[in-house]
Amino acid sequence: MIYDVFVAPFADMIEAPDFLMQVLWEGLVSGILYALIALGFVLIYRSSRIFNFAQGIMVVFAALTLVGLHAAGLPAWIAVAATLVVMFVLAVTVERVVLRPLVGQPDIILFMATIGITLFLIGFGEIIFGGENKVMITEELGIPTGDFVFEPFGGLLILQQLDVTVVIVAALLVCALLAFLNFTRMGRAIRALGDDHQAALSVGISLQTIWVLVWFIAGIIALVTGIAWGARAGVSFALEVIAYKALPVLMLGGLESITGAIVGGLMIGVLEKVFEIYWGQPLLGGNTETWFAFVLALIVLLFRPQGLFGERIIERV
Amino acid sequence: MLYRTAGQFKTSYQADQALFPVRQDAILLGVILIFAWVVLPMTASEFAFQTMLIPVLIYALAAMGLNILTGYAGQLSLGTGAFMGVGAYACYKMVTLMPWMNPVVAILLAGVFSAGVGVAFGIPSLRIKGFYLAIATLAAQFFLVWLFEKWAWLYNYNASGAIQVPNLDMFGLWVSGPQAASVTQYYLVLGVVTLMTLLCINLTRGNLGRTWKATRDMDIAAELIGINLMKSKLTAFAISSYVVGVAGAMYVFMWKGAAEPNVFDIPLSFQVLFIAIIGGLGSILGNFLGAILIVGLPVALNLLPNALGIPISSATVEHLNVMIVGALIIFFLIIEPHGLARLWALIREKLIVWPFPY
Repeated sequence: MIYDVFVAPFADMIEAPDFLMQVLWEGLVSGILYALIALGFVLIYRSSRIFNFAQGIMVVFAALTLVGLHAAGLPAWIAVAATLVVMFVLAVTVERVVLRPLVGQPDIILFMATIGITLFLIGFGEIIFGGENKVMITEELGIPTGDFVFEPFGGLLILQQLDVTVVIVAALLVCALLAFLNFTRMGRAIRALGDDHQAALSVGISLQTIWVLVWFIAGIIALVTGIAWGARAGVSFALEVIAYKALPVLMLGGLESITGAIVGGLMIGVLEKVFEIYWGQPLLGGNTETWFAFVLALIVLLFRPQGLFGERIIERV
Repeated sequence: MLYRTAGQFKTSYQADQALFPVRQDAILLGVILIFAWVVLPMTASEFAFQTMLIPVLIYALAAMGLNILTGYAGQLSLGTGAFMGVGAYACYKMVTLMPWMNPVVAILLAGVFSAGVGVAFGIPSLRIKGFYLAIATLAAQFFLVWLFEKWAWLYNYNASGAIQVPNLDMFGLWVSGPQAASVTQYYLVLGVVTLMTLLCINLTRGNLGRTWKATRDMDIAAELIGINLMKSKLTAFAISSYVVGVAGAMYVFMWKGAAEPNVFDIPLSFQVLFIAIIGGLGSILGNFLGAILIVGLPVALNLLPNALGIPISSATVEHLNVMIVGALIIFFLIIEPHGLARLWALIREKLIVWPFPY
């Protein structure tokens, strides 16, 4: 028993280093996707203290809209642009209809409202696009689909070009986002709102505009995530489960931290894959990926209640 | 005029703190109880029992359990579904290991197991707060459902992996399983729910309830006035999980008849959370109002197109249902963020002065 838990997995890792590298790579790629979803959460949470449960369904909705518009005859890139317009309309609608009447309500009420949005979008999406699994328009968007094959340590390592593209695009997106937040007027306004709502309002920052903007950016991130994940696994409402995966990422990284979302996403992506392959499948009957991330985050949180990179929680009476 | 409270004087603290300081409240409750115990069982059809009466009571009980934790003690939990599962599986193991056991005793004992699991997963709440805690309870949700699936001992090594409720009798009447009559099951559920409601009302009015509320409003301040936070939070987790576990056991034994692990997955947790929030956090009455709305709405939406003669495929109805429920949640949150119970409180205040404006 002790041998199985503490020795055998590591022996396996050393025995087949190429397989270990493959596992790490797969984990890294899913980690990046988790990080992207978590990034959408973090942006909205920072600027409005709204825990946006709908981020996951926005990913599905964006991907479905893109595929649906392309199926309706639009060329691929115009469909992307049209999807962005749809996400913008969604952002405005959410702000107008849901958030504006609920300004100043307790956090849990706003959280529930985003669950309401989630349900609405699920029903709406299924009626318009149907519930069946669809194929993402990978080739039409010019995303390469071949493989890179390496042979490290005399073994075999296959990197899909699609995954490599995802990694590069995600990195670019994060850089662009950080640049936007740090060097533009709008970006500074978003950060100001995150620091102190009332102070930001009193120097003339418009809450409504910023909320629409933030939800729109979250929509863009959702579209990128949707394309990337859809290209790997097809587009359907099953994608929604990856939204749950972003939650432990947030816990691990801290609700306010962009760095935390990225580091947490990568950590969880890699560790859950390694745990599943080397411990979960041989010892626990597999499918441990559903809970491993949550338990890991829970253990980390016991030592750092605000997550690895979160703001220190200071409470006064 | 009907709800005039003038003239009902209290001459002692005891009278003032009684369960029903206002006479009309007691009369109203009496009427509702007569309805629930006498009129409904005599008039309801089999369909009404199975789609409305029994599920409303069970969901209301589950929401009451969650409400103790979230509404009274302020600890947001998203793991209700899994704790219901613990109750159901514990009950199943007990009645199959000890077939001589009285089913009601088994149901009430099943809650003890989920209380134990609830306390174990409640320990992090001593350090983790707010949304971090909510996500932490998701760990319980996903881990437990996975356990229900993988631990074959729990479902007696069935090939199907589901738990099947056996025929159980009590004093010569079938109370669960395929042979049980809906009326018997309804009375059993109603009895347990009435008992639990009375228990919860008095708990939340008493000393323990006040420590919970203090913890909810500001836990540091509560600690400073001498409340033991560990005791307060963990008792909330224990009692909440107990009630939720009993609701879970009845969910399978008195209503569904069989359950697979994925029944207890996250949609169930959210459904119970909707009931608690739309009904009103920190209110016992709200759970019942919320349950009527959330359980009744899909039933009504399913019946409506047929009644109006509009031809719609059942898949579309299902999707429309989800959409409308989502929209209604937002709608209710906007018109009354404190829930249906608050709405009733407002109506009651108006009734007291009616027909005068003030």
